[in-house]
Amino acid sequence: MSLRHNSNILRQNPPPPTQLPRRSALASSRLVPAAQFRTAAVLQHNVITKPKPGEGLKVTYVTPEGERITVLANDGDNLLDLAHAYDIDLEGACEGSLACSTCHVVLEDEFYDKLEEPSDEENDMLDLAFALTETSRLGCQVCMSTKLDGMTVKLPSATRNLAVDKKR
Amino acid sequence: MLTARFCCSLRRRVPLPSSTLVAIRNVPLHATFSASAHCRSLSAHPPPASVEPLTIGIIGSGPAGFYTAQHLLKNLSHAKIDMYESLPIPYGLARFGVSPDHPEVKNVIHKFASIAEDSRFRFVGNVTVGRDVPFSKLASCYDAVVLSYGAAEDRKLGLPNEESTKNVFAARAFVGWYNGIPEYAGLEPDLTSSDTAVIAGQGNVALDVARTLLTPPDVLAKTDITEHALEALRKSKIRHVHLLGRRGPLQIAFTAKELREMIALPDTKLDVDINVVKEQVSADAEALATDRQRRRLMELLVQGATKKFDSPTARTWSLKFMRSPAGLVQSQNGSLAAVQLEKNRLEGSLQNPKAVGTGEVEELPAGLLIRSIGYKSVRLFDEVPFDPKRSLIPNVKGRVVDGDAPVPGLYVSGWLKRGPSGVIAATMYCAIETATAIVEGLQAGHFATRVASRGPGGFDALEPLLKAKGVDPVSFSDWKHIDRVETELGAKRGKPREKLVDVKAMMDVVAAGRANR
Repeated sequence: MSLRHNSNILRQNPPPPTQLPRRSALASSRLVPAAQFRTAAVLQHNVITKPKPGEGLKVTYVTPEGERITVLANDGDNLLDLAHAYDIDLEGACEGSLACSTCHVVLEDEFYDKLEEPSDEENDMLDLAFALTETSRLGCQVCMSTKLDGMTVKLPSATRNLAVDKKR
Repeated sequence: MLTARFCCSLRRRVPLPSSTLVAIRNVPLHATFSASAHCRSLSAHPPPASVEPLTIGIIGSGPAGFYTAQHLLKNLSHAKIDMYESLPIPYGLARFGVSPDHPEVKNVIHKFASIAEDSRFRFVGNVTVGRDVPFSKLASCYDAVVLSYGAAEDRKLGLPNEESTKNVFAARAFVGWYNGIPEYAGLEPDLTSSDTAVIAGQGNVALDVARTLLTPPDVLAKTDITEHALEALRKSKIRHVHLLGRRGPLQIAFTAKELREMIALPDTKLDVDINVVKEQVSADAEALATDRQRRRLMELLVQGATKKFDSPTARTWSLKFMRSPAGLVQSQNGSLAAVQLEKNRLEGSLQNPKAVGTGEVEELPAGLLIRSIGYKSVRLFDEVPFDPKRSLIPNVKGRVVDGDAPVPGLYVSGWLKRGPSGVIAATMYCAIETATAIVEGLQAGHFATRVASRGPGGFDALEPLLKAKGVDPVSFSDWKHIDRVETELGAKRGKPREKLVDVKAMMDVVAAGRANR
């Protein structure tokens, strides 16, 4: 439990490597300043399970404040469930059922292009997302695979411009 | 272990399965620092001298109230929240507004249920603030009050015999009728005297009503639609629904998802003056090139309007543009027989034109008129400023203001804050802003005198008063019993739940639940 406490202190002031808490050999050897590597997933729920050592796919989430959080995923884990499992602030009001746009994420060009086009239903929801970009997707619709290994995912700001309901 | 740093986030993010309703107790683990921008800036301020719990009263139990509570609990380790609701049951429009055939939108209720189980939160149902307890008395028991009671009324068309003509209803009432608002259970719309219904308005609520009227009843029978509405819809003769828009296709207020659902209705054709659509779309081509949402909507509209059918369909719906209801023709018994429509022309900008009547009137025979032109908030409390024109409580980012001056301790979120339109997600972000205003207010010492001068406060202080008046507050556990009963009743009929539509029936179930505990 103290792991979670420490990991959140790191969010505020990432210390130089020598001051990092020892969580696991793997973590401290890969950690770089201004980044974190989360190994403790919330395993309360059986949606996301921790990958076996050496088998995980890497995903780095970048929060609106610029903090970078790298986690390990299994093939098939979607970006919303993954974020929740690692305590990353990504809303998912409709719980992944394509009825809202709160899990909106922005991918890098090269990874966006590797994915299939969003469905009409996903595009309908993306229409309503704040600060939509050319490489935006709904996190609940993007499932990790080997071709997405190493991807970085940007999280748009939660405190958004409230002029969302476009008045005409 | 809790630290003294005030910006503490005691949430535990637990991923929820979308298919099960799980009430999870929010167990505070350790003080953690929330990553959100607003909390980050707060962590730079010193903590207040006292760590007395900030006692907050929320009036209204819909998404606005719950999302505000969620973000307060997330950012204030010491918070006590009491949420008041007039009905014995929570969730507001998430239960009473969202269409029966949109169960996935109702997934938000799982989050609300987990918030309600937080030990720092108390649901107080069956208490009408203003009637059962004066607002000023309630406000004196809390450090902050959040008004999130939404919009209880609707905008009228302003037609001469609008109130006196039978079978003319507000969409709010009609939706409330099929969604189980006790007040509208006895609405008894006549769906058999005519095959045509007219809906004034082209927003998502108008589409919800149209879709409910045109969906095969066997499909609706598997949803949580109320039984009395289902029976009426099985007997319904309505096969044609016309949606009227004062202005043009570019001003359509509904969104692509809902339009797609209408187009997918079996054996149902969409009638639209396609020339008007194409003309407006090409006139506005430049703006549409950068307005993805509107462009996709127009493309879908053309697609739906040009869909080919081999033979005449059993049902039709239409979008009539540039038409305003101008009068109502009554049949001999005072029921609606036809709607008089005035043709409009558009003046001004393409993006936001004005509809100007041309004087040209046509008559559209119809037996049912549903008015879906917007909701209206009600001024419930004299002590609270209100803007009737914009139908909201004047505020700055959720902090209630009287002119320029902030009103101490008063906050607002949801439709009451922004005006009565917008989906649940928009309300979620709105609630975050209000919760932030409260947390920042705490940091700035706005609550110091209130906390110091208030007595024990909260519901504990009000309970004796309510009991003396014969009011029977309903707890979240009581609601959970109603929930179980509704779910069991629904299971017998192949429905996710059978909603209780009568307050007395709800209270009887509550009493039975208490007797068994």
